[in-house]
Amino acid sequence: MIALLTQNAFWIITIVKIALLLFIVLTVNAYLTWFERKVVAHIQSRWGPHRVGPHGLLQPAADGLKFLFKEDPTPAGVDRFVYYLAPFLALALSLTALAVIPFGPDPLPFSVLGQKVYLWIANPEIGLLILFSITALSVYGLALAGWASNSKYSLMGGLRSSAQMISYELSLTMSVVGVLLMANTFSLTEIIEKQSHGLGGWGFLGWNIFAWGKGGLLFPQIIGFICFFTSAIAETNRAPFDLPEAESELVAGFHTEYASFKFAMFFIAEYTAMITVSCLATILFFGGWVSFFPESWTITHYIPSVTLIPFGLWVIYDGIKYETIFGKVMLPGVGAVMAAIGAGLIAFPAVNEFIQPVFWFTAKVFVFLFFYVWARGTLPRLRYDQLMNVGWKLLLPVSIANVIFTAAAILLWGQS
Amino acid sequence: MSPALLIFFVLAAIAVLAAVNLVVQRHPIHSALSLIVVMVCLAGLYLLMGAEFVAAVQIIVYGGAIMVLFIFVIMLLNAGEEERTDFSKIAKFAGLPLALALTASIAAAVVKPDPNVPGVTQAVIPEATKQISSMLFKEFVYPFELTSFLILVAIIGALVLAQREKK
Repeated sequence: MIALLTQNAFWIITIVKIALLLFIVLTVNAYLTWFERKVVAHIQSRWGPHRVGPHGLLQPAADGLKFLFKEDPTPAGVDRFVYYLAPFLALALSLTALAVIPFGPDPLPFSVLGQKVYLWIANPEIGLLILFSITALSVYGLALAGWASNSKYSLMGGLRSSAQMISYELSLTMSVVGVLLMANTFSLTEIIEKQSHGLGGWGFLGWNIFAWGKGGLLFPQIIGFICFFTSAIAETNRAPFDLPEAESELVAGFHTEYASFKFAMFFIAEYTAMITVSCLATILFFGGWVSFFPESWTITHYIPSVTLIPFGLWVIYDGIKYETIFGKVMLPGVGAVMAAIGAGLIAFPAVNEFIQPVFWFTAKVFVFLFFYVWARGTLPRLRYDQLMNVGWKLLLPVSIANVIFTAAAILLWGQS
Repeated sequence: MSPALLIFFVLAAIAVLAAVNLVVQRHPIHSALSLIVVMVCLAGLYLLMGAEFVAAVQIIVYGGAIMVLFIFVIMLLNAGEEERTDFSKIAKFAGLPLALALTASIAAAVVKPDPNVPGVTQAVIPEATKQISSMLFKEFVYPFELTSFLILVAIIGALVLAQREKK
């Protein structure tokens, strides 16, 4: 039995990692909906969900159950095969993209079944290209859903989504060429590695957005980042570029005719794509897991504890004076767990050391996720002609100019 | 049978089935979907031969950009199911014999391979992408740039044709 396990150790570990990542990502997805509704609500001076569980914390679970038990009608006149294929395609592709994202540099400090366990599922030489090829295919989920639904609103949504994807994919790809020129590789781990040599040891100066490494100042990728993130929001069909599902014009766009869990699959796909894009922005422009501070500053290693303990204590305080009894029990429990994790990190320096890169990576990803929600809460939706103008006449030329300037800077000052 | 060979046969079988399906299907969208499957399987075959860059570009350019345009146009025109027609005369008297001849020659090549022609090796080429780029931009830079110029001319030509005539 043990022999069989060690022989197939690689496959077993990979499958366990996939299951674990799926569990984490789907949970994060669920709470991302809660987070989005809360933040948008507070932007608009509302409370947001607060009935189901304390502060609405059980709302995602209630939503999930509702999706599972709702009636799942198939409209008349749909193309059955494509109608059922589309949500699966959208969900499968967006989840596949997560397989090549590296979440931390070091393997686990102990080996499992004689194998080192890294914090990624796969680390291919062409990681970035694989991500882009998955993005290129992911449009089919939306376009086919719109076409197969046999509804004019859905068809318009599908048409819009395919036109939008074609237009913005160009500037999305062009805007990362500057980063590729500086990193000289497609491998995501190597791209991060190249950003870890900031001037004077300062971590953040090495990030591609500043590009001020040991070898002097190269061309900072600020323009490249702005182009990248704008096109990425358009690629994930999020506000202010959510024309494929513009509810004031198209009811719900491409998923008008989808109910129950098939609708939820589109939803999960969209949120997973948001997470992937945030990870990608972190990796390409903000140094991935490279800390903001110099590597020699060990005092900054207490940042996770220093944020977790007071936040946990505050949640306990907030829970004690919560109105419902359930809240009085649940919130202090959650707060105590948070504070305990924070204290545990101080108690075990080895663990604290290990989670540093993961902490920085997650913190940056969280900032981008907040940015997504912030943009949705504040920016009005673009008109369709404005959308096309921004894509073709602004983002594409600017990102091409960024490539030319970066190449010139590398030719003049760079060594790689 | 080695895993690589097994994967090759699975991908090849899916590709051939999808290609047949592409011809048999009557609705343009179904045909286009089958074509996408063929493209993705081809990318898998490239990957099997160690050509990572070509595989990724195959999906990005053919599977992504070009096929999205196909689907976009089919959706825009709202093309319905095609009607079956009999073989055209060219297909009957030239197409079928040529298809048979092609199948026969490929079958002969598979059954009796020429010993002087080396087969494709499944090798991991280090820094394959770098080699491709240095070949494109150093050795074959003039043909490469001429090709892109040709594509530019084609784009401008399409624009001129699509433009409404001014009166």
